[in-house]
Amino acid sequence: MIRLSAITRVFHMGDQEVRALNGITVDIASGEYVSIMGPSGSGKSTLLNVIGLLDRPDSGRYELDGIDVTTLSEPEQAQVRRNKIGFVFQAFHLVPRLTAAENIELPLILEGLAPAERKSRVDAALDAFDLRDRARHRPAELSGGQRQRVAIARATILRPTALLADEPTGNLDHRTGAEVMALLEGLHHAGTSLIVVTHDRELGARAHRHIAMRDGEIVADEK
Amino acid sequence: MNLRDTLILSFSTVASYRTRSLLIVLAMALGVAAVVVLTALGDGARRYVVGQFSSLGTNLVIVLPGRAETSGGFPGAALGQTPRDLTLEDARFIGHLPQVRRLAPLNVGVAELTAGGLLREVTVLGSTSELLPIRHMKLSQGSFLANGSERSAQIVLGSQLAHEFFPDGKVIGQRIRLGDSRFLVSGVLAVQGESMGFNSDEIAIIPIDYAQELFNTSTLFRILVEARSRNDIEPAKAAIHHALKLRHDGEDDVTVITQDAVLVTFDRILRALTLGVAGIAAISLAVAGILVMNVMLVAVAQRTSEIGLLKAIGAPAADIRRLFFAEALWLSLAGGAIGYALGHFGAWMIRLAYPVLPAWPPAWASVAGVATALATGIIASLLPAARAARLDPVLALSGK
Ligand SMILES: Nc1ncnc2c1ncn2[C@@H]1O[C@H](COP(=O)(O)OP(=O)(O)OP(=O)(O)O)[C@@H](O)[C@H]1O
Ligand SMILES: [Mg+2]
Repeated sequence: MIRLSAITRVFHMGDQEVRALNGITVDIASGEYVSIMGPSGSGKSTLLNVIGLLDRPDSGRYELDGIDVTTLSEPEQAQVRRNKIGFVFQAFHLVPRLTAAENIELPLILEGLAPAERKSRVDAALDAFDLRDRARHRPAELSGGQRQRVAIARATILRPTALLADEPTGNLDHRTGAEVMALLEGLHHAGTSLIVVTHDRELGARAHRHIAMRDGEIVADEK
Repeated sequence: MNLRDTLILSFSTVASYRTRSLLIVLAMALGVAAVVVLTALGDGARRYVVGQFSSLGTNLVIVLPGRAETSGGFPGAALGQTPRDLTLEDARFIGHLPQVRRLAPLNVGVAELTAGGLLREVTVLGSTSELLPIRHMKLSQGSFLANGSERSAQIVLGSQLAHEFFPDGKVIGQRIRLGDSRFLVSGVLAVQGESMGFNSDEIAIIPIDYAQELFNTSTLFRILVEARSRNDIEPAKAAIHHALKLRHDGEDDVTVITQDAVLVTFDRILRALTLGVAGIAAISLAVAGILVMNVMLVAVAQRTSEIGLLKAIGAPAADIRRLFFAEALWLSLAGGAIGYALGHFGAWMIRLAYPVLPAWPPAWASVAGVATALATGIIASLLPAARAARLDPVLALSGK
């Protein structure tokens, strides 16, 4: 359960002030499938980053599963990110030195799991995302769709309650993008909340709830 | 993230940036090797000099007439007396002290040596048979001066002198003239060369009483005393002072030098020198540290988006700091280890090239070199690691 009330996030560019989030109040129940749309610069990514605890709001209150997370310490926030949030980015953000399997393993290492446990979980993920024969490939040797599949496998390896995707198909062709969306929706069916930021109306329409933003505010919220 | 995984992950990172890592390791290794090799040289020089001194004699105590004191004045001078000379009687008296193993009275002078139509001035030592063992001298031919009691005009020649006067090698039993007296050559010293500024290859040694006659004196230049053991050196010194004070009507008017005092001084000087070069070499390590810092800062800048990603998937700042810290640790560990090996190899080469120089790296220097490498690497990584840990994840993800 995500509960934002009167969230603001203000950036200062020299003496100019940008209100990226201007009093956002919204509840997202667990298991929801939400799309966030809006023009460029309307604050979609900033909202997603605040929800994912990558960014701290300047004011307002954020409750995640009943806990006020804005007051948590840095390591506590990191722990929440690790266990409850999965991020999927437009640019994949795979570590280029590491193989597909090693990239997927990273959150498990951060969590401090034993090597045997890590191996069985990574193997399961490789199978689930159809990456078994790409396990030892480095990102540079993978196609865009495969890279995003690795990123999604990594984001979900610790079974987060919310999956946050910021234009997950932005770097993919239409067909691959549709495949990736199908994958994300499959995870949603399995019980994960799914919040997708997108410019693509067609993709956005597939969500069960549509939030529209403009100038840091929510201008529409329809089921 | 636990320690083991931190070490593994950082190691694989270091290993994957091969060229960069090799350069840092090389810089570190050269710094450590410099510390090891330079201290080996310095300490080798120290051992060499100390060894040279020791070759003068073991547990040596030297008695000189007169009180050499820089402060407190000259007790005799105040009373208008000249200091009392050392005599053979004094030497005999010292010889009875329990701490003394043996002693050799010594007179030195210059006289004309004539033999086979040749003539030259030579340095003449007057002493007894005990001089040979006390000064660790060796003979190449014949025998040394006979034992004190039997008074005979024997002379022992330095190897160079023997060669000059008797090029055909028949030396023993030859008659030579020293001043106005005749001597019979009884032995020739083995080649010893220059030892502490005094060429023993060009001296002649005659019995002490002949020397006193030759130089027309009844006094001694000094008395060389060998204490029974190292621990007896200081008691011997005190006993000599005490004994001679008794003999000299209560005047403590002799100077007793122990070789240890000289040795200790040289030892100190050369140790300080070794420390000095070690310090200079350590500066090159510090330079390597700056290199590590620079490379780590570049690494943080290059891997900004990776750091952002790690934060996004839930790495706390502490984990990121430790990862970069561990990378520096690996680099300096490798640099230290390779430098240690390189330095010991270098010292070995020096010992091969200059066998007289015992260029063994002192243990403290090896340890200090490696420890400095580690410390430098760790200190140099603190700033970059802290910077990485502090990065704002959103900005970092966008590569800013
Ligand atoms: N770190 C920052 N510093 C200054 N301004 C920022 C920063 N991050 C975002 N902004 C500004 O905040 C506003 C919202 O940015 P945000 O990235 O959330 O937009 P967006 O809706 O995701 O846009 P896009 O569709 O182009 O990704 C923009 O005007 C942007 O310039
Ligand atoms: Mg955006």
